[in-house]
Amino acid sequence: MAKLILSMDGLVLKEINLTKERTTIGRKPHNDIQIDNLAVSGEHAVIVTILQDSFLEDLGSTNGTVVNSQPIKKHFLQNSDIIELGKYKLKYVNEAPAGQAKAADFEKTMVLRPGTLRPAPAAPAAAAPSSAPTTAAPTPAAAVTRNLADTVAGQSATAQPTAQPTAAPKLATAPQRNAALQLLSGPNAGKELDLTKPLTTLGKPGVQVAVITRRPQGFFITHVEGASFPVVNGKALDAQAHALNDHDVIELAGIKMEFFFKT
Amino acid sequence: MTLSGTLEVASCTDPGMVRSHNEDSIASDGDKGLVVLADGMGGYNAGEVASGMATTVIITELQQLLEKKVPYEIDAQSGQVVAHQMLHEQIAKANTSIYQAAQSQPQYAGMGTTLVVALFYDNKVTVAHIGDSRLYRLRGEEFKQVTKDHSLLQEQIDSGVITPQQARLSQNKNLVTRALGIDAVVEAEIHDYDTQPGDIYLLCSDGLCDMVSDDDIGLALQTLSSNLKLCAQHLVQTANDNGGRDNVSVILVRVLRDYPAPRGIVGKMKSWFR
Repeated sequence: MAKLILSMDGLVLKEINLTKERTTIGRKPHNDIQIDNLAVSGEHAVIVTILQDSFLEDLGSTNGTVVNSQPIKKHFLQNSDIIELGKYKLKYVNEAPAGQAKAADFEKTMVLRPGTLRPAPAAPAAAAPSSAPTTAAPTPAAAVTRNLADTVAGQSATAQPTAQPTAAPKLATAPQRNAALQLLSGPNAGKELDLTKPLTTLGKPGVQVAVITRRPQGFFITHVEGASFPVVNGKALDAQAHALNDHDVIELAGIKMEFFFKT
Repeated sequence: MTLSGTLEVASCTDPGMVRSHNEDSIASDGDKGLVVLADGMGGYNAGEVASGMATTVIITELQQLLEKKVPYEIDAQSGQVVAHQMLHEQIAKANTSIYQAAQSQPQYAGMGTTLVVALFYDNKVTVAHIGDSRLYRLRGEEFKQVTKDHSLLQEQIDSGVITPQQARLSQNKNLVTRALGIDAVVEAEIHDYDTQPGDIYLLCSDGLCDMVSDDDIGLALQTLSSNLKLCAQHLVQTANDNGGRDNVSVILVRVLRDYPAPRGIVGKMKSWFR
């Protein structure tokens, strides 16, 4: 159940549960949330709630509606958003159920029976969220699926710009260490390859390929294809993933490289 | 008729990091060009029963039918392509079985399941789905979601209520508008797609796409395409690394070569000798 916490000058005035499909906000008495202040219009704004989601819409008020210091017309409310109307603040609270007991229910798929959702009279049209979403902003990092042997010939690697995953991780992952490879032999000896992507391939397709995966637990090298396995610190690996340690020396497809953490 | 040597199939299923039971069910028969995935829902472990029934009915019935019937032909009576007719009928059969079990056993009341089925034949694939389990395709550098979810969020996106970006932030995830076993009658969405050698198809439950971004899934398919088994394991591992809040299942199918249906007398005779 989502709710709003109404306050002014830091003093909490009341809490309002968002139980209705439409929760109106304004100075006139018929509003669900009546704010008796001249800076607030008669019909100032409305919050449309569809199950667990709520959308705030300004109803053409004189002084406008602000969310997290940005003026908005329509806004998809996120937990902890602060709505400002005149001197009043409304904090939107919609937390995931706390406690391990509910965690298993959180991602449960459920069937929505027809008629469960009564059609909202005037659902807000799709509007880009005016405040930046709380998850990581997409930073286009060049995804390097680099084939080291091929870079020798000057062919361009297949680089796909990919955005950081904005959807999936809802939990805060521990800050990961950055790591890179330094080429020790071959035509590109001395060059560094940052291991920024979840997967970085090494080697020559059709001959010998290994992949370095970047995981919360660290970096791992795994054999992908080829008759022989990668060699780490002089020993050939088996088919299993192998955790990489600082300054491990990897040998693959005739090229030597050193794995190291960047601190 | 056999598609032996045409498709490479790899799959992986895992309960995830939070749930004690795995209520996903997967099955495949590469030689028949058939793969099935179901994500069950219901109280206690009824979901496991529902998804298991769905995959068992679909795979065993279709395996038997494919011995006798030819999927690309037109059925004289109904005028439908045999592949579509088989899928409609067997999905209806699975639905009835699950629905009746749910009606008759109190511990199964309300159980249901999503479904994705892919049947490969004649250089094409017929995809039937109900719910929010998905099919994606990697062709060259293009990775895209092929099926459209039967879910509240998708309907909101379609009607302009929310944008796809807002959908990612929504708290109304995992609400499907269609499922097997919930009503006496259900309609699957069925489409045909041409295939090309080199294509990689991914069937997955929402335990994957809710935990891993499409970009990361696409990157895994591109990077690990030469080792499908490793790719399937990597996808499941990534979902678990990101929280694993639901059961996660993946089936990967790679098209290795052309597989046109034998047409004409000579072609038909050749197919007898396969």
